[in-house]
Amino acid sequence: MLEKALVGSKKYYLWLGFLGVLILVGFCCYIKQFFFGLGITGMSRSVSWGFYVAQFTYLVGIAASAVMVVLPYYLHNYKEFGKMTILGEFLAIAAVTMCILFILVDLGQVHRVMNVLLHPTPHSVMFYDMIVLSGYLMINIICGWSALHAEYKGSKPPAWVKPFVYLSIPWAFSIHTVTAFLYSGMPGRDFWLTAIMAPRFLASAFCAGPSLLLLLTFILKGFTRFDPGDKAIKTLAKIITYAFLANIFFFLCEVFTALYSHIPAHRYPLEYLFVGLHGHGKLVPWIWTSWICAAVAVVLLVPPKTRNNFGTLAVACILVILSTWIDKGMGLIVGGFVPDPLDHVMEYMPTLPEIGITIGVYAIGFLILSLLYKIAITVKEQRGLI
Amino acid sequence: MVIDTRICRQHPECNKCIEACDHEHNVPHIPDKKHEIKWIWKEEFENAFPDTAQEYSIEHLKGTEFLVLCNHCENPPCVRVCPTQATFKRPDGIVMMDMHRCIGCRFCMAACPFGARNFNWINPRAYIKDPNPEYPTRMRGVVEKCIFCNERIDQGKLPVCAEACPYGAIVVGDLADPNSKINQILRENFTIRRKTHLGTGPSVFYIV
Repeated sequence: MLEKALVGSKKYYLWLGFLGVLILVGFCCYIKQFFFGLGITGMSRSVSWGFYVAQFTYLVGIAASAVMVVLPYYLHNYKEFGKMTILGEFLAIAAVTMCILFILVDLGQVHRVMNVLLHPTPHSVMFYDMIVLSGYLMINIICGWSALHAEYKGSKPPAWVKPFVYLSIPWAFSIHTVTAFLYSGMPGRDFWLTAIMAPRFLASAFCAGPSLLLLLTFILKGFTRFDPGDKAIKTLAKIITYAFLANIFFFLCEVFTALYSHIPAHRYPLEYLFVGLHGHGKLVPWIWTSWICAAVAVVLLVPPKTRNNFGTLAVACILVILSTWIDKGMGLIVGGFVPDPLDHVMEYMPTLPEIGITIGVYAIGFLILSLLYKIAITVKEQRGLI
Repeated sequence: MVIDTRICRQHPECNKCIEACDHEHNVPHIPDKKHEIKWIWKEEFENAFPDTAQEYSIEHLKGTEFLVLCNHCENPPCVRVCPTQATFKRPDGIVMMDMHRCIGCRFCMAACPFGARNFNWINPRAYIKDPNPEYPTRMRGVVEKCIFCNERIDQGKLPVCAEACPYGAIVVGDLADPNSKINQILRENFTIRRKTHLGTGPSVFYIV
């Protein structure tokens, strides 16, 4: 089946070549970082996590969101999602791979990473995050690949795969819950010290992930014969709408608690993000961009007329992705470090090499995604399933 | 550890403890604030005690500098989050660092509510003027912090900061021993600790 990834149109090769160039650029930047140290990034003594960890957090959500097509299909027998599940699972594979890469590029001593296995530490949330992420990767490889292989052979997936499919559902929730626990259990980081961190993560995941999946579907529709059906798209759009509204609601809950309680430590990160703190406000334009995108997305998603129009729906999906990417990435991660424990404000902006490495990792993810989708679409085309 | 800040205030120019520590442990002096490495350093009262300071503080505290360092907490969050046990608590209470095991994930830096932890963003060796051959230097990519001079404690010596202070402002002792000098000082003086509401149990006390 793998050979299907090797044969394609000129456009397909051009796309792969383009990704290859980006990967190469990222790799060169990484070599520089590897020998110079993480000082090449914008991170500092105060803001000790930055762009990489932000992408990691965001992509765990993208990975977890596969469950939004798997769950209705397998648990509620919602047949319309039949063609989408494989895309969701393959997106999860690419996203988890990127997550792992973003963690690796963020480590100061990457060759020691196996110490996490050599000295397993059950009191560290990172330990569980490693387990759930690698487990989720395996589950999605098993489920996605066996489902596709069955289509290829014209048979049904083997019975032993079923338990893994069901396991993938709670597992998807677990990866983003554990990732939220990385942040929400630390004393003194008041922006993160909130019980609705995990629900917030899940809500933003379940709007951002399906939005990306819909955009990918539209792209596939444009370039191939693949079409999941209007009903599937409309249902997914509804899921995105509800999840996005839940995400905004959760955030407003945070805003209320912080502002109405008037507790300085809870207020400061929000003030820093929205109006600036002690004259520092580099993230202010970012966060307002995020919320303007969110407002427009809500206006496009809530009325059925614009939600069911695939043109405006695609725009809404882009806005949802942009809004959550800023809010959950730069906003949440950097915001949590400002002000620092000594009440100083040190600002953070990613540097060029940092952005280069980030683009490189995304290019690897999209390369994996392109190859997997190519195989899936070709198999479906040859079997006459689309 | 008890720091008598009344004594420190009488000698605002004195940096003997900091200098001794930096030399003993090869702490680099990196000019870029973003990449700084600090084991023991001075912060203004408002920064060291953000939840204690207030606009009506007595005059002599405003803007005065306090020594800050790792608090060697009783329930250290940094130890809790470290995925490799590269930072761990010794039976005697010292929160130690194994810089050879540290993978540089910086989870401990996010978890420490005192900003006591440093990451070697760049190669620190270029910024050590007069290296002390008795103590290892570090490489880029690992976290480091005050280790309460474990290497000296194990030889029955005092931490170098306490020894270097010409005025006896830093007193170190065994909190578990009710008859120790430090417990006597704590019984006789009103002391404060940083951010006690977080429940980490800091072991550095300040006489104000």
